[in-house]
Amino acid sequence: MTTQTPNGFTLDNSGKRIVVDPVTRIEGHMRCEVNVNDQGIITNAVSTGTMWRGLEVILKGRDPRDAWAFTERICGVCTGTHALTSVRAVENALGITIPDNANSIRNIMQLNLQIHDHIVHFYHLHALDWVNPVNALRADPKATSELQQMVSPSHPLSSPGYFRDVQNRLKKFVESGQLGLFKNGYWDNPAYKLPPEADLMATTHYLEALDLQKEVVKIHTIFGGKNPHPNWLVGGVPCPINVDGVGSVGAINMERLNLVSSIIDRCTEFTRNVYLPDLKAIGGFYKDWLYGGGLSGKSVLSYGDIPENPNDFSPEQLHLPRGAIINGNLNEVLDVDTSDPEQIQEFVDHSWYEYGEPGKGLHPWDGETKPKFELGPNLVGTRTNIENIDEGAKYSWIKAPRWRGNAMEVGPLARYIVGYAKGHEDIKNQVEGLLRDMNLPVTALFSTLGRTAARALEAEYCTRLQKHFFDKLVTNIKNGDSSTANVDKWDPSRWPKEAKGVGMTEAPRGALGHWVKIKDGRIENYQCVVPTTWNGSPRDSQGNIGAFEASLMDTKMERPEEPVEILRTLHSFDPCLACSTHVMSAEGEPLTTVKVR
Amino acid sequence: MPAFQPERVLVLGIGNVLWADEGFGVRCVERMAETHALPANVKLLDGGTQGLYLLPFLEETDALIVFDAVDFGFTPGTLVTMRDDDVPAFMGAKKMSLHQTGFQDVIATAQLMGYCPERMTLIGCQPVELEDYGGSLRPAVAEQIDHAILEAVRELRAWGIEVARGSTESNDLVDPSLARDVYERGRPSEDEACRIGDHRFFPSAAKVRA
Repeated sequence: MTTQTPNGFTLDNSGKRIVVDPVTRIEGHMRCEVNVNDQGIITNAVSTGTMWRGLEVILKGRDPRDAWAFTERICGVCTGTHALTSVRAVENALGITIPDNANSIRNIMQLNLQIHDHIVHFYHLHALDWVNPVNALRADPKATSELQQMVSPSHPLSSPGYFRDVQNRLKKFVESGQLGLFKNGYWDNPAYKLPPEADLMATTHYLEALDLQKEVVKIHTIFGGKNPHPNWLVGGVPCPINVDGVGSVGAINMERLNLVSSIIDRCTEFTRNVYLPDLKAIGGFYKDWLYGGGLSGKSVLSYGDIPENPNDFSPEQLHLPRGAIINGNLNEVLDVDTSDPEQIQEFVDHSWYEYGEPGKGLHPWDGETKPKFELGPNLVGTRTNIENIDEGAKYSWIKAPRWRGNAMEVGPLARYIVGYAKGHEDIKNQVEGLLRDMNLPVTALFSTLGRTAARALEAEYCTRLQKHFFDKLVTNIKNGDSSTANVDKWDPSRWPKEAKGVGMTEAPRGALGHWVKIKDGRIENYQCVVPTTWNGSPRDSQGNIGAFEASLMDTKMERPEEPVEILRTLHSFDPCLACSTHVMSAEGEPLTTVKVR
Repeated sequence: MPAFQPERVLVLGIGNVLWADEGFGVRCVERMAETHALPANVKLLDGGTQGLYLLPFLEETDALIVFDAVDFGFTPGTLVTMRDDDVPAFMGAKKMSLHQTGFQDVIATAQLMGYCPERMTLIGCQPVELEDYGGSLRPAVAEQIDHAILEAVRELRAWGIEVARGSTESNDLVDPSLARDVYERGRPSEDEACRIGDHRFFPSAAKVRA
């Protein structure tokens, strides 16, 4: 049957149905079903969040000053960004301002998370959609060395001997039967296009990135006191500054600042000399694979982040831009107000929740999380063994957030499209430079590769911002300001009886918001709308499909039983459906199955 | 004198404290800090649900003890100790939760990079209930915390490290607001807060509240 969605997609669910469950190399759990026609082209896509997140209800009745510690546990990756969003929501509700140093330190930590996440995503979660580590075993180390020097002359690790060593290490690892990290690949699928030398170069950088990332996280330990799960504080940051201090526990001294500075330098070097050149080199072999645009050319949303000055979230003060674009109109960037009940609403007509009234949307301050699990009449299979889900009914644990009724894409590409459309100088220069280097038109941005490219550009831009805030912090400290927290309103006796607030950040994966209502010093309601709620949303009451679903449409699959293309595009969003549910079966086989019917 | 005497030991608790028995590992290190005086070369760490973030800690240790809720397919509450090669092998062989798959990858990655600790011991407890978001440890699992700690103390002794009763100051444990008793006291009841978990096996009709 063919249906037209209000957001411009023609869905046809008559062809072969392919089920990928779970989608691997992501955080959390999702299932994806698509229909393909005789040519192997995707004509319908259905994305199901298969986990229940009940964090909101856990927080009811808690002390709002503790909420960050709970939200840090939502997920295995972006702990800090939830904590930051949470303290911002509480500060917004209670009218708490933070000192300048706290703003700089928070920005350095948030940028650090962006850089860390983008690098880990590209090399450890996404690269394997484009790079074939098994093919790397066939590479000529000398030719790899030449390739390396050509794509990045400034990168010192490029000798034939170096690549030979890595190749041997890889060989030993693969031969020991521990394909481990590289298991579940479709390594002989024709969708892989790189020559063995490029595969070896990229796989080598996979290892370099592993080494780098463990240094990167030390910034969280320095400013957050510990890692994983760094400490945060409503009113500022919990680390005192004592520049002359020697070895005093937890305080920021010169020695620690120097370490932060050296980590920033390493990240700058890596993003410039490794990450961006790899992106261009690998992307160059996939230039004709421009699938996956989905909503990116139509509707994108960014809340913006990284305020230059503390407590000022006006759009012109944010280094990561804020705005919404709808209907593909890049000439008009609309402003976003997360506290306006008319702008952001969540719908649950196709989600396993109920509001009591069909077609109703709720702003997160008034959000409700009441589960209602039911399956539609067109389900194939049984309740406990679902073969094909019925997307005409409820079919996901993810709600459907909409901005003024529109399904939106969020994430690095959304930020970069908003920045480009707004004429944000740094972003515009980066985008134009990349398109020029790769000889691609602007429209190439609206694709899976565009998403992957925006992430790489952003990682590089974030290292520059990080340096900016580091310098700002040091200057401020030198000028005698060592204040890191404002505790004037720490005591609940100084709070209003009732208050509500919203905290916004741009998490690595996109726009993240926490909405809190406080009553008598306790949390009355807490709602998180996370980036993957936007991107992974199911259909809404009007039938608009979500960003994941839209991005899979019209993609050609080389071999429908090997969903390389589906994984490629879904991974390009860096999905995070964080939680902890089962991924391995009792027989020891991963439950990932691909079924074609 | 023991054949293997590590200079540095990491005692790691992993799991999600918000998911009932999933919190076992984290609660073990929290309790160990309250009940035992560890020497300076033994580091206690709440690893939470983190994956790659734990890599630097593996690099900086010679031996590793991991507390975790593991699905061995045994009677709930059963404590099992695994060593060395059996740790990743076994962790990959049974129904596991997300963070454990992550940790299995962390071990594989550490091996690939050549800095996996020389010795590894997993002290695992068979969970009673994982599908209870916002729930607490079940009694059968909570009872095993002290036994698991004793097992760790024995392991340390076998490595030539004596541990006395007392307490350990550590910066690397859960935030006080998530400490077990505080967390337990502040939990909303099941009526106030629906806690059913959905996973690959959808909840049965009986468990779904209208």
